[in-house]
Amino acid sequence: MTSYFWFVAKRAVLLVAVIFFGVSATFFITHLSPISPVETALGRIANQSSFSPDAIEDMRRVLTDLYGTDRPLLQQYVTFWQKLAAGDLGPSLIAFPTPAMTLVMQALPWTVALLVVSTLITFLAGNLLGALAGYFQNNMALKAFGVVAVVLQPIPYYVVAFVLLILFGFVWPVLPISGGYAMDVAPGWTLDFMWSVALHAILPAVSLVLVGFGTWFLGMRALVSNVVTEDYVTYAELAGVKRSTIMGGYVIRNAMIPQVTGLAMNIGTVFSGTIITEQVFNYPGLGSLLIDAVFGGDYALVLAVSTISITAVGIAIFIVDLLYPLIDPRVKAE
Amino acid sequence: MFAVLRDLVRYNNEFAIGLVLVAAIGIFALASLFSPVDPNLIFTTIPDQPPSAEFWFGTNSRGQDMFWQLSEAFRNSLVFGLTVACISRIIAITVGLLSGYLGGWIDRVLMFVNDIFVAIPIFPVLVLFYFVLRSDMNTVTLALIMACLGWAYDARLIRSVALGLKHREFTRHAVFAGMSTRKILLQEHLPFVMPIVFATFMNNMLWSIGLEVTLAVLGLTDINTPTIGTVLYWANSHSAMVVGVWWWIVIPVVLTALTFLGLFLLAVSTNEYIDPRSRLRRMGV
Amino acid sequence: MTDEILRVDGLKAYYQMHYFGVQREVRAVDDVTMSIGRNEVYGIAGESSSGKTSFIKVLAAAVRPPLRVVSGSVNYDFRSGPINVAAATAAEVERVRWKSLSYIMQGSMSVLNPVRRIGQTFHDFAFRPLGLPREAFDRRVLDHLARLKLPADILRAYPHELSGGMRQRVTIGLATICHPEFIIADEPTTALDLVVQKEVLHLIRDIQAEMGASVVFVTHDMSVHANVTDRIGIFYAGRLVEEGPTRKMFFAPRHPYTAHLVASLPRIGDTAQRPSLDGRPPNLAAPPDGCRFHPRCPLAVDKCRIDVPPLVEVAPGQRSACWRWQDVQPLDRSVALAHGAVT
Repeated sequence: MTSYFWFVAKRAVLLVAVIFFGVSATFFITHLSPISPVETALGRIANQSSFSPDAIEDMRRVLTDLYGTDRPLLQQYVTFWQKLAAGDLGPSLIAFPTPAMTLVMQALPWTVALLVVSTLITFLAGNLLGALAGYFQNNMALKAFGVVAVVLQPIPYYVVAFVLLILFGFVWPVLPISGGYAMDVAPGWTLDFMWSVALHAILPAVSLVLVGFGTWFLGMRALVSNVVTEDYVTYAELAGVKRSTIMGGYVIRNAMIPQVTGLAMNIGTVFSGTIITEQVFNYPGLGSLLIDAVFGGDYALVLAVSTISITAVGIAIFIVDLLYPLIDPRVKAE
Repeated sequence: MFAVLRDLVRYNNEFAIGLVLVAAIGIFALASLFSPVDPNLIFTTIPDQPPSAEFWFGTNSRGQDMFWQLSEAFRNSLVFGLTVACISRIIAITVGLLSGYLGGWIDRVLMFVNDIFVAIPIFPVLVLFYFVLRSDMNTVTLALIMACLGWAYDARLIRSVALGLKHREFTRHAVFAGMSTRKILLQEHLPFVMPIVFATFMNNMLWSIGLEVTLAVLGLTDINTPTIGTVLYWANSHSAMVVGVWWWIVIPVVLTALTFLGLFLLAVSTNEYIDPRSRLRRMGV
Repeated sequence: MTDEILRVDGLKAYYQMHYFGVQREVRAVDDVTMSIGRNEVYGIAGESSSGKTSFIKVLAAAVRPPLRVVSGSVNYDFRSGPINVAAATAAEVERVRWKSLSYIMQGSMSVLNPVRRIGQTFHDFAFRPLGLPREAFDRRVLDHLARLKLPADILRAYPHELSGGMRQRVTIGLATICHPEFIIADEPTTALDLVVQKEVLHLIRDIQAEMGASVVFVTHDMSVHANVTDRIGIFYAGRLVEEGPTRKMFFAPRHPYTAHLVASLPRIGDTAQRPSLDGRPPNLAAPPDGCRFHPRCPLAVDKCRIDVPPLVEVAPGQRSACWRWQDVQPLDRSVALAHGAVT
């Protein structure tokens, strides 16, 4: 138990470091840029209606105070962390004066749900079929899966999402291709709303599953075909241990270990995929928000989305890491 | 080396298919060197022509011949992928070999940094860079940024091999012979990790080109340089699918899929060639 | 030998490979005929790539491609009935596995599933063949552990938490818990340190004596053979070249290769250089004509290069495949004495 505690402690230090460095990087990348959030904001406001130069000067003072851009960088950095701790990164520009954090928190559940559901489906289906394909290497149906996986695996998320959009948007329009839920349904814990959400999630989720499937399938197939040559599998076979036990308790159980590490390493990539998929299907998650923020020149919102993304991905990896000693008893002994 | 290639082509179908695909795309991309039109210009020809004998891949709504446009785009994207892969390989080899050979606290620090890089989602960071650099974000800058972000996973792989090499007889001989660390790593250890470097090279190209496509489609790169991604960006912005200029989308998507499949097959089959266990399995059939 | 449990006739098992267009055939086991008696401990010796590992794979019905049985038979006479494992179906072999025919595999480090507790592994291996109710089964496992001098709490341990010696005892326990009639032990003491080796050897002997099983004991270490086996068969280049009672093999070997193996044993107080053989074991993909040992044999004559010597009885219970078996020098008695062959 103590060794598990130390394992968790080590991982927790890493999590803190990831969040610290990642968030600091976002801060410095944005603050070392020549773009001033104040001027961007002023430009936007001035575009929408005409103001007197005095009024603009007033506004500039207010905004400078708000963003703190007149202070030295280091002080801004400290203030940034203080505000972040309070969950306040300033008002969003594109939805002024809604706080950027509020927008992020509205979008976060959509992305998390999409990511978790599609990752679980992909991970389970890919590994299960991959394991079968690695064990029964002469099965034709499983070989066919292998070919499909090889063809789909390397294709960028965008292309798969876009092909699905064309297929179900133009060729055979049976599924909703845009938004998180139908316009005529009021959000709430109603059956209608849930059904609409599920329906709208199908295409984004399917595109993520299609691309992700190959990674797990091919990885697991290769791992299993190596594990079946291990002495302990041969020995169990020689001893006449039940097939299902060998498959589950010996082969898959051991091949799973690197796959769980892979899952932790994969979360960042899948997150990138989610962003692009959301954009293609106009899904109301973090990805769409990030792109809108970039094109709206929304300084606070970009910072908020990046910060939360890095933190969320870090936490997700942390959670997967915690599972690791539970499936590999050898880790605890370290 | 040549014999190995010949054997791979002859007896490994995956490698042969991959090689043919990549070679075909490579030739297609190199054709842009002899392009009769400047692919950076617009309205050089009649817009919206379907594929024909004159315009093999049709023309787009911006009045560009899609054949030469795509040829240039693929060359730029492949060069981009090669650049990222080369630079990130150098970082990965340096970190991996040093970490594995030196061990101790240097190893721990490097692997800690490595773990951080693995855990930080790259896409938001790239978007952030675009947000800051805007028009200064050109292909070279993007390649540099991506190379600096895309080495971590492979460095760990190389480290695991270097760890094993450290305790081998020839390393000890080299140390006793007074070889410098730099020499040991470059002359003795580097050849052993080259196979991994080679296999991960193609995976890294896939990754970087794919990410470039993603960024470009969203308009988050220099959209005036033709690349696979920017071609799709312009097609989208002109609603090519809706107005019926399907070839503007379908042809690049098919070619991209073939490129990726080719690179992927090369990576997989070389990986298999390197890993003796899978070779043994093949023998067992 | 009147009461045989195993009879091998004209067994040929080859590795047939096809890779990158090159076809290769390795004659790992080439025409072996021998038998093993009930309750006998039979030692198999030979250097690596002598075919001994392939031979016991056939005995254990563990033949996997690229290894194939080309011809011959491997007949066991178990209490449950006779079976020829070289020709039996998977289901028939399944019936005798572990109940009658068990196996101690080489490499105690890797034969136990690293993510399974020892108790679970015992359950996987022995629950079905024993067919006992759960409680009786648990008692049986505990009794057996006591016999192996293993503490009961290792059942909750993972393999990596045990020492090499303990792991090897566990594999011996797994192989013997069902009281099989025939046990194949493949290098069970290699990679263990000397003290542990001795313990493990005694353990195998004790269990064999107590339960009355036949054991095939494979090791390249002749001093182990001297301590454990009743009879020894020497393999060279895929063939059985000499076979006989252990004492005779040490005192009066009738094959130059056996003589060499015995002579190369180290002796306390002897500072003379151990004789070594020139050359390497032959490439089994293209073995030499005639006697396969002739390129390295100090006694080789022209006949040896052309004709294959048959395995003939040279003394009661002793067979040798050498044209010049009469010229093989018997060994200095002290060598064998030093290794306990006469104790």
